[in-house]
Amino acid sequence: MSKILIRGAKVLGGEPQDVLIDGRTIAEVGVGLGAEGAEVVEAEGKVLLPGLVDLHTHLREPGREDSETVLTGTRAAAAGGYTAVFAMANTFPVADTAGVVEQVYRLGQEHGYCDVQPIGAVTVGLEGKKLAELGAMHESAAGVTVFSDDGKCVDDAVIMRRALEYVKAFGGVVAQHAQEPRLTEGAQMNEGIVSAELGLGGWPAVAEESIIARDVLLAEHVSSRVHICHLSTAGSVEIVRWAKSRGIDVTAEVTPHHLLLTDELVRTYDPVYKVNPPLRTERDVMALREALADGTIDIVATDHAPHPHEDKDCEWAAAAMGMVGLETALSVVQQTMVETGLLDWAGVADRMSFKPALIGRAAGHGRPVSAGEPANLTLLDTAYRGPVDPAGFASRSRNTPYEGRELPGRVTHTWLRGKATLVDGKLA
Amino acid sequence: MQRHLISAADLTRDDAVLILDTAEEMARVADRPIKKLPTLRGRTVVNLFFEDSTRTRISFEAAEKRLSADVINFTAKGSSVSKGESLKDTAQTLEAMGVDAVVIRHGASGAPYRLATSGWIDAAVINAGDGTHQHPTQALLDAFTMRRRLVGRDAGVGQDLSGKRITIVGDVLHSRVARSNVDLLHTLGAEVTLVAPPTLVPVGVETWPCEISYDLDTTLSKSDAVMMLRVQRERMNAAFFPTEREYSRRYGLDGDRMAKMPEHAIVMHPGPMVRGMEITAEVADSDRCTVVEQVANGVSIRMAVLYLLLGGNEPAVTHTRPPVSHHHPSNERSAHTISADEEK
Repeated sequence: MSKILIRGAKVLGGEPQDVLIDGRTIAEVGVGLGAEGAEVVEAEGKVLLPGLVDLHTHLREPGREDSETVLTGTRAAAAGGYTAVFAMANTFPVADTAGVVEQVYRLGQEHGYCDVQPIGAVTVGLEGKKLAELGAMHESAAGVTVFSDDGKCVDDAVIMRRALEYVKAFGGVVAQHAQEPRLTEGAQMNEGIVSAELGLGGWPAVAEESIIARDVLLAEHVSSRVHICHLSTAGSVEIVRWAKSRGIDVTAEVTPHHLLLTDELVRTYDPVYKVNPPLRTERDVMALREALADGTIDIVATDHAPHPHEDKDCEWAAAAMGMVGLETALSVVQQTMVETGLLDWAGVADRMSFKPALIGRAAGHGRPVSAGEPANLTLLDTAYRGPVDPAGFASRSRNTPYEGRELPGRVTHTWLRGKATLVDGKLA
Repeated sequence: MQRHLISAADLTRDDAVLILDTAEEMARVADRPIKKLPTLRGRTVVNLFFEDSTRTRISFEAAEKRLSADVINFTAKGSSVSKGESLKDTAQTLEAMGVDAVVIRHGASGAPYRLATSGWIDAAVINAGDGTHQHPTQALLDAFTMRRRLVGRDAGVGQDLSGKRITIVGDVLHSRVARSNVDLLHTLGAEVTLVAPPTLVPVGVETWPCEISYDLDTTLSKSDAVMMLRVQRERMNAAFFPTEREYSRRYGLDGDRMAKMPEHAIVMHPGPMVRGMEITAEVADSDRCTVVEQVANGVSIRMAVLYLLLGGNEPAVTHTRPPVSHHHPSNERSAHTISADEEK
């Protein structure tokens, strides 16, 4: 492999530096590095971050290749600055066996755009009844460490307790989709002022908060760690803050859309805004931003959820839940966290690369930008401003809530172990 | 007024009064030997019903026919919809056949709004009830009935419902009738009180322009009209209330309760009534109950709405079809009422 010199980039938003990649690793970081034998990437004014890591992606393969495949999903990831994504288990068949997780893992390796780390289902068929073979998935070539029934809540307290205990044997973690099922039967949107007016079934905040409260107490009781998926309410923030203050080993994620959008958008009845958990209120959005800034929420995870056009071009109740997010995540974080002064770029690197890699035990990812480390890097043009154009997405699906919305920042280059997957905003 | 009628909340006071006044004109047609106007001759209206609703569909159909529109009835059962066709494809198929207006009843809240705003079709959209969201023509016919009874048929023309105290009782949570009525009655200046067990009041109701009460008895003496909503027996199974009997005892309207209402006060119900549940036979069959009147008024209101949305810019006696215009013409219209001449 050849040498690449990234010249004059603001590493983690700091002073301009040169970064020399040699083969698969970062050879040198400093000022005025020689360019001999190296391809030069002029990065003046741009911000260099460690390759982003998404702990919550739906790649849809196997089973729903009409909405996304491992190839299109990892291309979307590379376009968004990601070098590793964790693929959720709610595929068809469900990723609840070593065979399925190995297939997804291998597809990611073959395509080479982004490492794919499969998440294993907690229970067989995501049915919440019987533990899947968690150990077998961990021991497989995919080396699964994160387990989740995402899309469904592990609502049975005993099953959740056993899962939390069982994965301790190999350092795994259960990522909970916190949604009390009985409280959310027929739920279509956040329960509150807007749902009352629109006559859409309410998804109350308490349905999320009650499960989080239970699960942090279970994690404490069995001395295990637990991860909370897509936390969406101010109340959930308070519970996680309390749990952390008690020393409970809990981590939590927030999606970009929950940092920016509110349930007021549902007044359009446009299903592009239909997502689970639902868009909440302005108060929740502000609490989530604060919590991400102060570390109560550990990471940003996209919950990239591709759906074919026909599943959104319909009436609200008939529409699928979910939004694509890989290609807009960093821009949304720049707008909501950086330009508001809540986080600096080092903070963004922490929330979108270091911490998610740590939670998911993604070896070689979420490493510092320094000599000897794997060359997983993302170069961002933070001065860019422009409307989101879904036609340009690498994802197979277009269900973005940001179409036409002006967002800041644009990923221009992504390197996966020294290999460019994105060059000047174009996939390699 | 706008091009479509999606929500009662979209109507201004003047829009609403215009519709009520127009409906009074339309009501006179019903008193004639030949109950027909030529206003919508050559225009096609489709009644697109995805939910069973005999009375609303028949009411619209009667209104359309009295205005001489060509009527297509489309019900989801046994149609391509039951074979998986989407709302979008169904709507586009119908529009391709040359439909000027779509009257839609749909189980999904917001379906008429989607139809009107998604760019799928160009026809005017009239909401005939969507999920638990809105049922604007019901609210209009209710307001029409109240104005006639509480203000007067002739005295009411040009008037709103300022100062009238309206109590709406029952399953507010699942009721598009309640939502539409709160919006419209507030616009018309009435004071609305919703009465229901707390389980049947939506979270988020605090921003609605009305009072909330859990106690029926204390509101009755302060009501000019009491509207009873239908309460489905199935709600009991989802623990909204313990038993049918308890619901009736606490929130049902019987003769004793009716006696607490002022002399002039009326009892309303959007139908179909569940006798013995929210209303006793004694009340339902009394002179103070306007259920049958509401049905008759529904036809007049729907004629008025169709006329104003589709034909309001031209004399009712026009013999040739004007160029199809999809924007709402109210601002081009010189006269809002139909002259006797035009009613031939």
